[in-house]
This record gives sequence, C-alpha cells and structure tokens, in this order.
Amino acid sequence: MDFRLTVEQRELQAAVRALLAGRFGPERLRAAVDDDGGGPDPVLWAELRRAGVFGLRGPDGADGSDGRAGSDGLGLGLAEAVLVFEELGRALVPGPLVATELAGALGLDGTAALVRLPAGRGPLLVEQLPRLDLLLVLDTGSGELRRVDPAEVAAGAEPVRAVDPLTPLWRVDAALPSGTLLDRADAALVWTEGTLLTAALQVGLADRAVRSAVVHAGRREQFGQPIGAFQAVQHLCADMLARLEPARVAVRAAAVVLDADGATPAARAAVAGAKLLADEAAVRGARDCLQVHGGMGFTWEADVQLLLKRSWVWQHSFADSEECAELLSRQLLL
Amino acid sequence: MDLSDTPAEAGFRCGLRSWLAKAMAELGPPPDPADWPARRAYDTAWQRQLYEAGYAGVHWPAEAGGRGAGPVEHLILLEETERAGAPYVGANFVGLLHAGPTIVAEGTPEQRRRYLPPILRGEEIWCQGFSEPDAGSDLAALRTRAVRDGDHYVVTGSKIWTSHAEVADWCELLVRTDPEAPRHQGISWLILPMDASGVTVRPLRTLAGTTEFAELFLDEVRVPVSNRVGAENDGWRVTMVTLSFERGTAFAAEVVACRRTLGRLARLAETEGAWTDAVLRRRFGLLAGQFDALWRLVQWNVSEAAAAAARTGGDAVPGAGASVFKLRFSEARQELYDLAAEVLGSGSLLLGAVGEEEDWTGQRLQGLSYTIAAGTSQIQRSIVAQRILGLPKPRSATRGS
Ligand SMILES: Cc1cc2nc3c(=O)[nH]c(=O)nc-3n(C[C@H](O)[C@H](O)[C@H](O)COP(=O)(O)OP(=O)(O)OC[C@H]3O[C@@H](n4cnc5c(N)ncnc54)[C@H](O)[C@@H]3O)c2cc1C
Repeated sequence: MDFRLTVEQRELQAAVRALLAGRFGPERLRAAVDDDGGGPDPVLWAELRRAGVFGLRGPDGADGSDGRAGSDGLGLGLAEAVLVFEELGRALVPGPLVATELAGALGLDGTAALVRLPAGRGPLLVEQLPRLDLLLVLDTGSGELRRVDPAEVAAGAEPVRAVDPLTPLWRVDAALPSGTLLDRADAALVWTEGTLLTAALQVGLADRAVRSAVVHAGRREQFGQPIGAFQAVQHLCADMLARLEPARVAVRAAAVVLDADGATPAARAAVAGAKLLADEAAVRGARDCLQVHGGMGFTWEADVQLLLKRSWVWQHSFADSEECAELLSRQLLL
Repeated sequence: MDLSDTPAEAGFRCGLRSWLAKAMAELGPPPDPADWPARRAYDTAWQRQLYEAGYAGVHWPAEAGGRGAGPVEHLILLEETERAGAPYVGANFVGLLHAGPTIVAEGTPEQRRRYLPPILRGEEIWCQGFSEPDAGSDLAALRTRAVRDGDHYVVTGSKIWTSHAEVADWCELLVRTDPEAPRHQGISWLILPMDASGVTVRPLRTLAGTTEFAELFLDEVRVPVSNRVGAENDGWRVTMVTLSFERGTAFAAEVVACRRTLGRLARLAETEGAWTDAVLRRRFGLLAGQFDALWRLVQWNVSEAAAAAARTGGDAVPGAGASVFKLRFSEARQELYDLAAEVLGSGSLLLGAVGEEEDWTGQRLQGLSYTIAAGTSQIQRSIVAQRILGLPKPRSATRGS
C-alpha cells in the first residue's frame, strides 16, 4: 500500500490546475457571472476537450482513426479522473462536466447532461438544455441507459430562474422521448461513476472554500487584529478542514476501489460515503466561508455566493444525500 | 494511489490472520473491567503472545526488540487484530503507543535497550504523568519541580488523571527543571519508576463508575538523571513528539472497532424495530461513511509518514494532520453511542450488557472522555487553525511566562 499520489498523478493535477488558472481564473469566473448565465463558454469547453478532460478514460491512442475529432482518450482510470475533477471543482468551471466525461468514456462525443427516471424529490431539471449535444436518460426501473435528442426535449421544456447564476436550468414536465438504447452501457456503473466524479467536484469546491476563508481571515482586521486570530473564527476554519480531509481521502479511495473491483456493493458503498462526506464538506464549508466573510460575504460582489450555490447544485447532482445514506445503511445489514 | 497490499504486505496479513484465528480460539473471556490486577494480567498475557509470535512492535527497530518493518505493517496489524476482535492494547496503551515510540525516536541507545523490550514482551506497564490539577489544556503551566542533586533529580509535585497508574511500573513524567526559563523552555521528560519512595497513587472514580485514572503525589522522589529522555529543558519538544503519536495512530484501531460496532448496532436496530425510521437510517449511513473515511485518513497519513521516513532515514512521526483525525474521530465515536441510545430508547437508561450485545450505555459514558483526553477538541481546532492553516496566534496567548 502506498496511498500517496504517484509522480504522474501529481503532474496531471498540477497541469490541470495551471491550465484552469490561466483559462478560468477569478476574472473569467466573474465575467461568466456578468454574462448572465451564458452557459459553458465554448472556447473554454473546447480547450478542456483538447486537454483531454472529457476523454480521460477513453481508450488510449485512438489517433482519430474513426474519423471523430477529439475522440482520443488518455486511457486513464477513475483515480486520475477524480484528481482532475477536484481541480474543475476548485475552479468552479460551469457546465455539465460530469455527464460529458461519462459520455466520453462511453465513446460518445459532445456536451452531455444526464437525468435519471424517476427523478428524486422535486421537479425534473436539466442544465444547459439548448446547448447540449446529448441527453442521457437513465431508467432506474429497467436499468437502461438511453440517448435522447436534447432538441426534442427542449421543445417541451421551460427555462426557470435558477439559484446558481452559472447553472441555468430548464424544467421538463412532459414525458421524455424514448431515444436510443445504449446497450453496452452498464447504467448502475455509470451512475456510480457520476456520483463519484461529482463528489470530487465538491471536494475541490470545499478546498477553495477553506482557502478563501483563511485568506480573508488573515487579512481582515477588527478590534486591532486579524479576525483569524480570534478563536471562534479559527475553529470555524478548523472544522472546515476537518470535514474536507476525510472527504478528500474517501473520494480518492473510492476511485481506487472502483477502478480495481468495479461496482461491487462495497465499492458502491465507498462511493456513497464519499459523496455524503463531500457534499457535507462543500455545503457546510461554503456556508462557513460566508460567515467568515461577514457582510462582505452576503454581497453579489464576493465569490462566496458562487461557492455556496454551486455546492447546492452538485449536492443534487447524481446520488443525493438521501440516496447515499440509504445505500450505506443497507450495506450495514449485509 | 495504491491501496492494495504488496506481496510482502499480503504475506504478512495472511500469516497474521491465521495466527489470530488460532490464538483467538484459545483466548479466555475478558476480566471484570473494575479489576485492575486482572486486567493487567490479561492485557500483558496477550501482549506476550503477540511477542512470541513475532507480532510485537512490528514497526519498531530490531535493536528495540521489534521487527523492523514499516508503518504499513503496523497498520495491517491494528486492522487485523481489531477485525478478529482481539483484545485491545488496554493496559499496554501508553507503553506501546506513546512512551515506546517516543523512546524509539528520542531515547539514548541504553534507554532503548532497557525500556523497549519489556514493553513489547508485556512485562512492564507505563502510565502518562503529564497533566496536573492546574495544567491540563495549558500543559506548559505544569509546576512539578525537579531539582538536580548530583546524578539524581529530586521531584516534588502532583499529577492528575493518570490513566493506568495503579498498575504501572513506569511513568513518562513531565517536570519543570528550570523555573526561571520561559514556560516552554524549562521542562524535561523523565522516566519515573512507580515503585520509588515518595510516589503515592490515589485512584479517582470516573463518571462511568470505573477507576480508569488516578492522582499521583510525588514527594521528594529521587529519579536518576540517566532517566531523562532528550536534553535537560528540552522536554517540550519531546512532548510534542509523544502527543503526535497519541493523536496520530494511537486511535487507529478504534476506527475499525467503531465500524464493526456500527454494524452490530444496525442489526440491533432492526430487531428493536428502529430501522424503519428513515431519519435514523440516514444517521447510520452518515456514520458508516465517517468511519470508512477516517480509516482512509489513517492510511493516507501512514503512507505520508512512511514516505517521509524512507526519505530522511528517520522514524515515522505523525504530523499535525493527526489533529484533524483526532478531532473527527472523537466526535464520530460519541455520535455512535448517542445513536445507540436512540435505538435502545428507555433501555439506554440501563447499565450493563443488553443480551449478547455490549454495554452500550457504559460505552456511551466512557466515550465522553474522547473529546477531552489527549487534548480537547477545542485545543485540536486551535492546532489545526494555527499549525496547518497558518492563521495568526491570538494576542492573548502570547503572554510572557
Ligand atoms: C479519560 C481520561 C484519561 C486521561 N489520561 C491522562 C493520562 O493518562 N495522563 C495525563 O497526563 N493526562 C490524562 N488526561 C488528562 C487530559 O489530557 C486533560 O483532561 C485534558 O488535556 C484537558 O485538560 P483539563 O482537564 O485541565 O481541562 P481544561 O484545560 O480546564 O479545559 C476545560 C475546558 O476549557 C476548554 N479550554 C481550555 N483552554 C482552552 C483554550 N486555550 N481554548 C479553547 N478552549 C479551551 C477546554 O477545551 C475544555 O472544554 C486524561 C483525561 C481523561 C478524561
């Protein structure tokens, strides 16, 4: 056992971090917000695709011989994918990142979203609907994964006011078209992988939240000293980190287990645990980050709102807390 | 990221498993927790068995009587013994999990030769004399004096909450050797023989009704200077080494135990009818996730420590990340027994085992100490904030003496 990152994994992590810092730094993030929810920036999205973010797990060295541009995969595993998704989460990159990566791993090209039927509590919402190339529909009852034409769905959908300025949503009330069956896809595995990658996004977000709180607490002065010297503030920050670290290792460990064993019950439980902890680290971390920022945190100006709102979006993406906790508790009785 | 056993690790695990299966089959029932001499006998006999089978101090150097393997093997040992339901280190806790590692890291060759093998063989029991009535969280406020008299220190003062003191042979003792120096700089780390004249032990009763710890009165106790670990007045640094072990891997095996206990509690909840409550089930799920993740955190920390040790050729001393673990674990363990109380309903008002199950309420009471002992949760949070996150020290704490 050597649970540390390998040299290659650290290099991958650093490369993605550098790419995102250059292409989607704080100014670009704010510009995207002011753009009034313009959806995934096509330039950034194309760059991510070129960098291989959506073909991480596709087969290596395809050389485009099947004639589809950008279909070469990097031949990596989930262990690498979660590292990349931590970085995407930290950068708050908008758009249906996870479903697009899952589609890539299934050999499908293009920006994709994924919905599950029957949907959980609340309305059926689809992110970025008019800009999608693909909509994947997972039927829990039959265990089937289908590919649906998003344009057909968009015809019967309505844009709604969404909480996260960078995640525009469409509400779908009509029945979805049946589409084409992806008969070689293991729907349960795809759902599990999507849950894990979403957890990785949350870990990145939670990491950003704690760093942002610490930076602010070190700079902002009240009562003649940095607020970070006050114990109440220190303890908020310490709890943020103490929730983040177990979540981070849980996500990484679940990826390793899933890569090695496939979606065994134990691996699915590991993913469920990882998502539960990652959601908690992100949602509560963003909330605590806001508290540390005081009145500034309550403004549109500060980025804290973007962290909090996105953490809510990802909390409801793929398996939510309720589903994860149920899966884990069932596992206890086995 | 590799969580699988190397062939050597797999071989170690496999041999250990089969040995455990045999040893466990021959093991007698545990003694009455109130009977300290019996507990000492039981715990040390088990330690002796581990020693004879070659499983004592797997990650200690061979010169100390250990096996000279890496920290990963130690982790496998903790995991497998706990899985097998083997006795916990018990009375051997301080010796095996912090005095021993401290002497491995900081002791002289003579000290290593003298003190380490008897710990591994289950012959000598240690206790920890750090806290004093007026120096708990503020450990550097300790006042027990040690005055040099030739090749001895003459020690006078008192210690409190000293676990296992009643049955201990040795005590890792913190004393003030220079009362004039700034508070962190006048402290030394001594090995106190518990049978020395002038040592009085007075057991204290805990809220669980047991006698886990004691008060220690020291009246002009003569301790040889050769019993000092580290330099004179350098005891604070040595203490930080000790505490990092205490907060690092000392609780690792308990995570495995908690995970197994949660499984037993789930089955109890099913028979008691509480399992139909979705809110309760959700708490079970969250706790399962917590304990799994805490075990992964131990594996992560051990991987980091092993690599650092390999790089420097030194010993694997857990870093400040240990505080993150201690903080989350102590709270999760309390949540586990609070959950048990909800499953049991009014049955949680009864002490003692429920059927074949454990003494849930006794454990709930016992567990209240976890957020206090080995540094309170508040102290851990301050450590995380200041040493890991780098937040500034509060002004009030930078007082002079
Ligand atoms: C079961 C058990 C076994 C123990 N075994 C041993 C042993 O074997 N050897 C040994 O030496 N000691 C032992 N201890 C003592 C233990 O280390 C101390 O109890 C602990 O460090 C807390 O000190 P205290 O009890 O003096 O509490 P105090 O320091 O008086 O703290 C009381 C409260 O104030 C808070 N507080 C204090 N200072 C601060 C601060 N700076 N910031 C924020 N909050 C603060 C604490 O968090 C706590 O909530 C044991 C304790 C227990 C419960």
